[in-house]
Amino acid sequence: MAENYDVIIIGSGPGGYVTAVRSAQLGFKTAIVEREHLGGICLNWGCIPTKALLRSAEIKHYAEHAKNYGLKIDGTVSADVKAVVERSRGVSARLNGGVGFLMKKNKVDVIWGEAKLSKPGEIVVTKTAKKPMEPQHPAPKNTKGEGTYTAKHIILATGARPRVLPGIEPDGKLIWTYFEAMVPQEMPKSLLVMGSGAIGIEFASFYRTMGAEVTVVELLPAVMPVEDAEVSAFAKKQFEKQGMKILLDAKVAKVEKGANSVTAHVELKDGKIEKITADRMISAVGVQGNIENLGLEQLGVKTDRGCVVVDGYGRTNVPGIYAIGDVAGPPMLAHKAEHEGVVCVEKIANVPGVHAMDKLKIPGCTYCHPQVASVGLTEAKAKEAGHDIRVGRFQFGANGKAIALGEDQGFIKTIFDKKTGQLLGAHMIGAEVTELIQGFVVAMNLETTEEELMHTIFPHPTLSEMMKESVLDAYGRALNA
Amino acid sequence: MPINITMPALSPTMEEGNLAKWLVKEGDKVSPGDVIAEIETDKATMEVEAVDEGTVAKLVVPAGTEGVKVNALIAVLAADGEDVGAAAKAGGDGAAPAKAEAKQEKALTSPSDGGGRAEGAGGGEKAVATQAAPTPVLRTDPSHKGEGNGADRAFASPLARRIAKDAGIDVAAIAGSGPRGRVVKADVEAAIAGGGAKATPAAKAPADAPASAPKPMSDDAVLKLFEEGSYELVPHDNMRKVIARRLVEAKSTIPHFYLTLDCELDALLALRKQLNDAAPMRKTDKGDVPAYKLSVNDLVIKAMALALRDVPAANVSWTDSAMVQHKHADVGVAVSIPGGLITPIVRKADEKTLSVISNEMKDMAARARSRKLKPEEYQGGTTAVSNLGMFGIKDFSAVINPPHATILAVGAGEERAVVKNGEIKIATIMSVTLSTDHRAVDGALGAELLAAFKRHIENPMGMLV
Repeated sequence: MAENYDVIIIGSGPGGYVTAVRSAQLGFKTAIVEREHLGGICLNWGCIPTKALLRSAEIKHYAEHAKNYGLKIDGTVSADVKAVVERSRGVSARLNGGVGFLMKKNKVDVIWGEAKLSKPGEIVVTKTAKKPMEPQHPAPKNTKGEGTYTAKHIILATGARPRVLPGIEPDGKLIWTYFEAMVPQEMPKSLLVMGSGAIGIEFASFYRTMGAEVTVVELLPAVMPVEDAEVSAFAKKQFEKQGMKILLDAKVAKVEKGANSVTAHVELKDGKIEKITADRMISAVGVQGNIENLGLEQLGVKTDRGCVVVDGYGRTNVPGIYAIGDVAGPPMLAHKAEHEGVVCVEKIANVPGVHAMDKLKIPGCTYCHPQVASVGLTEAKAKEAGHDIRVGRFQFGANGKAIALGEDQGFIKTIFDKKTGQLLGAHMIGAEVTELIQGFVVAMNLETTEEELMHTIFPHPTLSEMMKESVLDAYGRALNA
Repeated sequence: MPINITMPALSPTMEEGNLAKWLVKEGDKVSPGDVIAEIETDKATMEVEAVDEGTVAKLVVPAGTEGVKVNALIAVLAADGEDVGAAAKAGGDGAAPAKAEAKQEKALTSPSDGGGRAEGAGGGEKAVATQAAPTPVLRTDPSHKGEGNGADRAFASPLARRIAKDAGIDVAAIAGSGPRGRVVKADVEAAIAGGGAKATPAAKAPADAPASAPKPMSDDAVLKLFEEGSYELVPHDNMRKVIARRLVEAKSTIPHFYLTLDCELDALLALRKQLNDAAPMRKTDKGDVPAYKLSVNDLVIKAMALALRDVPAANVSWTDSAMVQHKHADVGVAVSIPGGLITPIVRKADEKTLSVISNEMKDMAARARSRKLKPEEYQGGTTAVSNLGMFGIKDFSAVINPPHATILAVGAGEERAVVKNGEIKIATIMSVTLSTDHRAVDGALGAELLAAFKRHIENPMGMLV
């Protein structure tokens, strides 16, 4: 007799495990299936360990610039690659254990293995054939194993994996994905990064700060192409100042592997080919959903361009089968997955007042130096959508706290609908902006207009004051500019 | 130390008022309980009493000032033995008001003001008061029940409000889909797409926003239709604004319907004459006057009250969540006064004798004309009577005055030819029209109420027992 649950979630990334906790809170008998590591890519091979690496880079940067702050460090600061990676793995391990604890605390059964939908309401779990990425955290104890499990509601939260360009397949030695880039054995002296999205640019930032010669190749005409054009342009200048080489409108046409280096043939805008040789290359050309080997085809679950097709509540075209997070389509962000999961399971429980997620209110953060954070429409997209807009900007150079921190580069840009005062978008680049953006996200969610923001008292002295100044500037009322 | 006197809040919703009149002048000594000023609010003029003893050092706000914000400094008292000039300077200087202190422990506030205004008292024996801070040194008499409360507030996001306002839609009339029924942008957009506001089962009464669906003509649009110089602009006083707001609210949120009936008045007129003739004489300053002199309207008030007693299902008020079933018949009586009208209420009119009703009405009507009614004398009530018979009006329909569910419009009593048993006779007939809130009082119920009224009017002796 198969063990029966109310809700089974496949995949324990940030979307999956948060959905499991919420499901348990709502009183559902819940199980979660994981084949490799609790916490998924996010906290094992993504968001969290990269932040640990970038923190090391940041400290190195400050140590190297100690004299800017009146401090003297005798001797040189150098990175101990092994220790930096070890620290990053330690951070990840701690959170990995934390997810195990949360499952136990919420009485969510963990089923260890790879799940496949056998028929509606039923999965078969087998040992995974996937070779795990090393080093791997130990598997949790007291898990359930292979077998058949049933549930009225099955939620796919299988996440995504690096997209691979044909002919430029990562080999894990010379051509890396984010997996290998996160655990380097030694620092490459030179690095070619293919793709300037969040993943590519964060690794570019990390390795550049660690001392590598970094070249970034981007197919589109801007770095971080999803960001507002002004932010992209400003970021590019900052990266170039730091010594990165950035090639836009450029495409890696071919890669030749040497003994301990790669040579990329980069096709430039004008059609010329530039040969770039680097010790290592990172392929960061996006991610694609994990929709394979789940039995979706047999059950007729609709997919489109590598993702499961869902409605605003994670429902697929097959009753009882849901999908959330990366596998359910872009934007592929942990916080999007978490919210999607909560909405999905609350809708299943008929919690009153559940609303489908508004994709325009999902913030995005990139932890390069300077940091980039944004929410809502870019200026171009706002115009495209037919809004008559007002735009406000405020420079870090005019903010007391920014100057005191020695971080006077950057700006905050806000975009309002001229007619209604709706905050359409906010775009920030500069120190700590990833911690600031939530203020505008809250404002958007509460549907504030410029008036409420202007009447809000922002504390002094903080970087957040720039948020208010940017709003004031949109209405010609900036006080410190 | 000088004592700051600030504009009192006469009701929880009051934000500003007009300082109608000072009853003291600078240099006057005042004792607790002395009336020092009159403040005009929506419909009433209220007296403000001093709480502390002292000498009036300075009147900061001159008499006749309109729109004085609650808690704004209006006068400074010099405490006993204090230099009046210095006090005037210290307390009256708006730029440095923090010098002034008020004895908080002496402060009396009306109970309805309790929560917010008592805050300052916690700080200890003496608290530094600033001009803007609430300094409850005044007691207003009477204290009264709030004329508004949180239930009237429409919950909507700022953006939803803005879009609704631009579209001329009242957010209070839109069903919200946000957290706890909050109206969000999507709801307003849906309402606009759906052709105006989706009225909730019972549209909430907008508390402060002028009800505006559809939007009335703008001021400019009205003035454009007239030649410049061909008119003069008379600013609205508070009463005019309140009348405008309440009646728009009533007509746009209450589904009115009307029932008309003729009543024969001859028996009532005869009884009235008999009762008035029987009134004992009382000696007063003005010579001997009768103890009462009943008007037809007094009898109408009593008949309406008794009709509500007989048909209790019609003695109700509508609220979204429940029907308010009243236990007494409190009859409001529209009194025309210069610049507007006001509706003082005869409480428990079903239990009062005609002479009590008559004398109460005379007193309240007189005080209404001098705008001396207290808020509790004109707020509330379970029905109303509006009589335009003295102007020869035959019949009309009145606008319901929420929270009432009914209002009776009374026309003139006049001799008309009536047909009785196949013969034309002359009788004194009074036409009355009952307006009812259809949410609360349906057609048959309204008819029943009106029939009971007619029975009392035509068999008036019954009102004496």
